[in-house]
Amino acid sequence: MMQCQLCKKQATVHLTEIINGLKIEKHLCEHCARKEGITITTNMPVKELLSDLVNSQQQAQQVSQLSCDDCGMTFGQFRKGGLLGCPNDYQVFKEPLLKLIQKAHEGAAKHVGRVPHVNSSNIVPDQLKIMRLRRELEQSIEHEDYEAAAKIRDQIENL
Amino acid sequence: MTLDYRHVATWMRDAGPLSDIVISSRVRLARNIKGFQFLSKADAQQKLELLEYIRAGLMNSDLANELTFLKIQDTSPLEREILVERHLISKHLANSQSPGGLALSADESLAVMVNEEDHLRLQAMSGGQQLMETYQRLVKIENILDERIQYAFSPDFGYLTACPTNVGTGIRVSVMLHLPALKLTGQLDKIFRAANDMKLAVRGFFGEGTEPVGDMFQLSNQTTLGKTEIDIINDLISEAVVPVVDYERKAREALMDEKPIELDDKIFRALGVLTNARMIASEEAMYQLSLVRLGINLGRIEGISLETINDLFLFIQPAHLQYMNNSELNPLQRDMARADYIRHRLQQ
Repeated sequence: MMQCQLCKKQATVHLTEIINGLKIEKHLCEHCARKEGITITTNMPVKELLSDLVNSQQQAQQVSQLSCDDCGMTFGQFRKGGLLGCPNDYQVFKEPLLKLIQKAHEGAAKHVGRVPHVNSSNIVPDQLKIMRLRRELEQSIEHEDYEAAAKIRDQIENL
Repeated sequence: MTLDYRHVATWMRDAGPLSDIVISSRVRLARNIKGFQFLSKADAQQKLELLEYIRAGLMNSDLANELTFLKIQDTSPLEREILVERHLISKHLANSQSPGGLALSADESLAVMVNEEDHLRLQAMSGGQQLMETYQRLVKIENILDERIQYAFSPDFGYLTACPTNVGTGIRVSVMLHLPALKLTGQLDKIFRAANDMKLAVRGFFGEGTEPVGDMFQLSNQTTLGKTEIDIINDLISEAVVPVVDYERKAREALMDEKPIELDDKIFRALGVLTNARMIASEEAMYQLSLVRLGINLGRIEGISLETINDLFLFIQPAHLQYMNNSELNPLQRDMARADYIRHRLQQ
C-alpha cells in the first residue's frame, strides 16, 4: 500500500507533473488531495475500468492473449497502455471491450450520434492495403524471406 | 516564431453570455482516419504520412484561407509552450517527439491537433456560454473535412478512437468556470460531488491531470456513447452549467450581504499586492487576479477592465513572459518580469 505523503493514510491520488523539466510525483489520499486543491477527476482511468473486467485467472490469460492481425496489439498490451492500436481492435476485442465501454458510458453500447457522409464500411481504401502490405514486407525482411519481400514490394508499387 | 502571439485570441474579446462566471466554451471532436493505425501502433513513417494526408485534406479544402498549418517539429520549444499556454495544443502534443501538427484559424477560435492521442482532434472555442454555437461551428469544419477524409467509424461504436472512453461521438464539451465565491465559502466540494454523480469531469486550468489555478475549473462530459452530440451538450448546460452558475451567483450575493467588509478586504488586498509587488510567482498572481476579477464583476473595483484581467491571466505565464520580454528568463527573473508586467498593465 502506498501511503499518503501528508497523512500516511492509503494514497489513492497519484499525480505526475512535469514542471520546468522536473518530474514531480505526488501520492496523496483523497482528503489531502482535496485540501491541496487538486481536482480529482471523475474520469475513471482505463486501467481501473479494466481491473475488474475478467474474473478467473484462466479467463484473464485467454483474454489478454487476444491479438489483432492488423496492428499486432494484444488485449494484454491494451490493458497496460490504455490505448488501442487500430480501428480493427474494436472488432477483435469486442467482447471484453464491450464491458469496459458500457462501464465508461453509463451502460451504453450503441452509437446514436452523427454518422459520416459515406458509410465507409464496404470501402477499403488503397491506403489500408498499402499499410498491410508494408507490415508484411517488414515481417518478411525480419524473417529474411527476401523472396516474399520482393513480391510484396512489387504489389505495393503496383497500387 | 511562426505566428504573432502579442495579443490574446480575438475570440476572447467577445465575452459572450454569462461571462462573469463562464470564461469560455470549448468543443472537441476526436476523429481517426480509416486505413491508418492509431498512433500507439503507427511508426514514424506512418505518422508523417498521416500528417501530410491531413494537412492536404485541410489545406486543399475551403478552409485553406482561414487556416495556418504548423508542423510541431518546426516550432521552437518556446513556441510550443506558448501554444500550450493558449490552450491550442496539449502538453502531450507539445512534448511529442514524433510528427504532429496544428491547424489554426487567425482568431484562434478553431484549432485542429494532428497526431495527438487521435489522428485528429478538432476544437472550437468561444467566450462565455456558447456551447451549442461552438458545436455548430465545429460541425461545419468536420463536414468539410469529411468530404476529403474517411473517418474510422463503425455503426455500433460510432467514431472509433484510440481510447474507448472517447468512442461514439468523440465529443468533449467543456466550459471554463470562474468560481471564486464557491471557493471562498468552502462549497467547491459540493460541486465536485454533484459533478461526479452526473458523470462529469472537473479539471484544472490546463485540462487533464492539472490543478485548478485562479479558481478556474473546467467542467466537461465524460460519456460519449449512447447519446447524441446535441443531448450531451444540452445535458451539460442544463444539469451542470446552469446550476453551478446559479450556485456561484448565490455565493457571491451571500458574501456581499453577509461579509461585505471581509470580501472587500480580500479583493483590495489582492489589488494591493498586484499593483505593488516587485516579484510574484505565477500561482500567487493567478490567485490574486482571481479575486480582482471577482471585485470587478461585483462592481467593487472600477477602472480596470475584464479584458485587462483576461490578458494578464495569459501573459503572466512563463512562456508568454519570455516571449514578451524577448529573452530567456530563469524563474527568479520571471517573477520580477511578471510583477513589472502586472503593475504596468494595471496602471494604464
